Amino acid sequence: MMKISCDIDIKHLTRVEGHGNIRIVIADGRVREARWEVVETPRFFEAILVGKHFENAPYICGRICGICSIGHTLASIRAVENTFGIIPTEQTRRLRLLLKHMETLQSHILHIYFLAAPDYLGVGSVLPLTQSHPAVVQQALRLKLLANDICDEVGGRRLHPTRTVVGGFTMLPDRYRLGQFRQRLQASLADLDASVELFATFTIPDFQRQTEFVSLKGEGDYPFIGGNLISSDGVVKEEREYAAMTNEYMADFSTSKLSRLSRKSMAVGALARINNNFAGLLPQAKAIAEGFGLGPVVVHNPFMNVVAQLVECVQVVLESMQLIDELLAEPWQEVRQTVEPRKGIGVAAVEVPRGILYHCLHLDGAGRIVKADCVIPTSQNHANILHDIEALALFCVDQGKTDKEIELLAEMLVRAYDPCISCSVH
Amino acid sequence: MTMTKTFLGVPVARPKVAFLELSSCEGCQLQLLNNEATLLDFLSLVEIVRFREGMKEAGDEYEIAFVEGSITRADEEERLKRIRRQARVVVALGSCACFGGVNQLKNRFNDLEWVKREVYGSHPIDSQEAKPLSAVIEVDLEIFGCPIKKEEVERIVTALVLGQEVRHPQYPVCMECKARENICLFELGEPCLGPVTRAGCDAWCPANRMGCWGCRGPAPEANLARLEIIMAERGISRQRMIDRLECFGGFAGFVAEVKGKKEER
Repeated sequence: MMKISCDIDIKHLTRVEGHGNIRIVIADGRVREARWEVVETPRFFEAILVGKHFENAPYICGRICGICSIGHTLASIRAVENTFGIIPTEQTRRLRLLLKHMETLQSHILHIYFLAAPDYLGVGSVLPLTQSHPAVVQQALRLKLLANDICDEVGGRRLHPTRTVVGGFTMLPDRYRLGQFRQRLQASLADLDASVELFATFTIPDFQRQTEFVSLKGEGDYPFIGGNLISSDGVVKEEREYAAMTNEYMADFSTSKLSRLSRKSMAVGALARINNNFAGLLPQAKAIAEGFGLGPVVVHNPFMNVVAQLVECVQVVLESMQLIDELLAEPWQEVRQTVEPRKGIGVAAVEVPRGILYHCLHLDGAGRIVKADCVIPTSQNHANILHDIEALALFCVDQGKTDKEIELLAEMLVRAYDPCISCSVH
Repeated sequence: MTMTKTFLGVPVARPKVAFLELSSCEGCQLQLLNNEATLLDFLSLVEIVRFREGMKEAGDEYEIAFVEGSITRADEEERLKRIRRQARVVVALGSCACFGGVNQLKNRFNDLEWVKREVYGSHPIDSQEAKPLSAVIEVDLEIFGCPIKKEEVERIVTALVLGQEVRHPQYPVCMECKARENICLFELGEPCLGPVTRAGCDAWCPANRMGCWGCRGPAPEANLARLEIIMAERGISRQRMIDRLECFGGFAGFVAEVKGKKEER
């Protein structure tokens, strides 16, 4: 049965970070309008940074985002260090990656359980689940608490970290507590197994739209911080060539910039990372991915991003246990390198929960910021979300979906990207 | 209001609350979800009728409004006025709401059009100088910090629910830092606004060897003139001191005095 007409007008979509609107109008069996609008207010971080000393960059940029502040902080630090020619020590590299992994876990769990799962369980928020599914809520809270506790220990604070600076850290974590966290990470695998079982009961909408996926390029690993850039259409660039990968442009329906590469839109995030770097996943994570139909062949169903996030939770927990083992196998080295400012341009590409993030800083000889550019994962996804909404509207017409079904599918589609809209506009 | 909780045997009303946000990173709201150990207990204290980031249901009948973020566009002013008309108590949640936060750093330039062009080029974009909530409406209570400290929020919310008076410390972060027996950041050659910033965070940053950036604004008893002398004695440049003082907007008056005029663009 074909869908004849509907008029969906969602102002300020719920259970996403930031402010976006969905509009779908179908009349006489034809899609008249299908839009994703970003109405978030800009905060002008790139202008704010101009004239500031480099030590301000990670501190201020962390405040672009309330969920991935650690990712932004680390991206700014890397941009400055790349400008100055600083190579982080092995210890610093491991601690930063551990910190980032725990942000990924925290953010993914927040999205999977608090933002996405209520739709699959037929409720409006996580609150009714505290009554109907108490064990599920408890396992989500345990996982999130563990991730946040480790962020506190390594970064000083779970949100807007305090110990992360150019050159390393201000302070090192407690070795005894790191050992304890290793045990809690091991124990958390049971909660992740239960999460996988829960997801296996969800019906993921069977919707596809071919697109291009962009991420860091793995070299036999599953990369998170720095390295070459790759797209599923075969584009490969160096980190410093990020602008050729993002091609930002403006549109009148969005206060966020948008991106494209080889096609009219592109996608970044957990699904892009698995699509591009499946081979680099650890065996346990790979097995879970395969169980859900993810694999070496690119998957074009955007709803699968939530599943990809769950796979990544397992990946980062396993990698974090390994990182703690490596850290505890050696005595602590120097916490912080000396920093000598140098004139130049530094670029950082970091895989944060919602996809690849770029910070680019132009610094003068005194270490002051002359120009700044931040390209946010969600801004790279906006055009893809827009075109997905168009395709979804056509799909719903074909399938003869009811108004309620269309509205829910459209909301679930946008939520699947886990958009961080404040961040995308920044 | 529903009566399901008791405190010392006395029924406690669960007020209807809303969490709302203007220009911000939404981190302060997320800090509430970041308190996993006590989250469910905390949620049972109030009836949340609106929390866009966490729930689909959205009610407009609320008694307490927690508003995060600063005002940077005309539609936000209108929204905030509507919130004020609805809520019995309006709480400014976090430094953006209290002082403008990092968003007000753009106000330091003499030309807002340059700020817009620097980010959007010739593409038209609507924005005004970042303002705290108190510039537009009367605010009943301020919760300082970037980010807010969840323990402090819980303490304040509990006080609100029980009808107790909410008091902020009058002394600076330095007091809490000394009580924690931290190494003084000045001894490590780092600038720190601990001597002048309002306490209540338990010296969160200095305890992690990051000097204070003044996110909670000035302590009522702050001796700002003395801070300039301390910084000079320790060989910390005036610019680094200003970078910190102007970061969140709490020290705006003093910064204007020290800088004299806006930065030329």
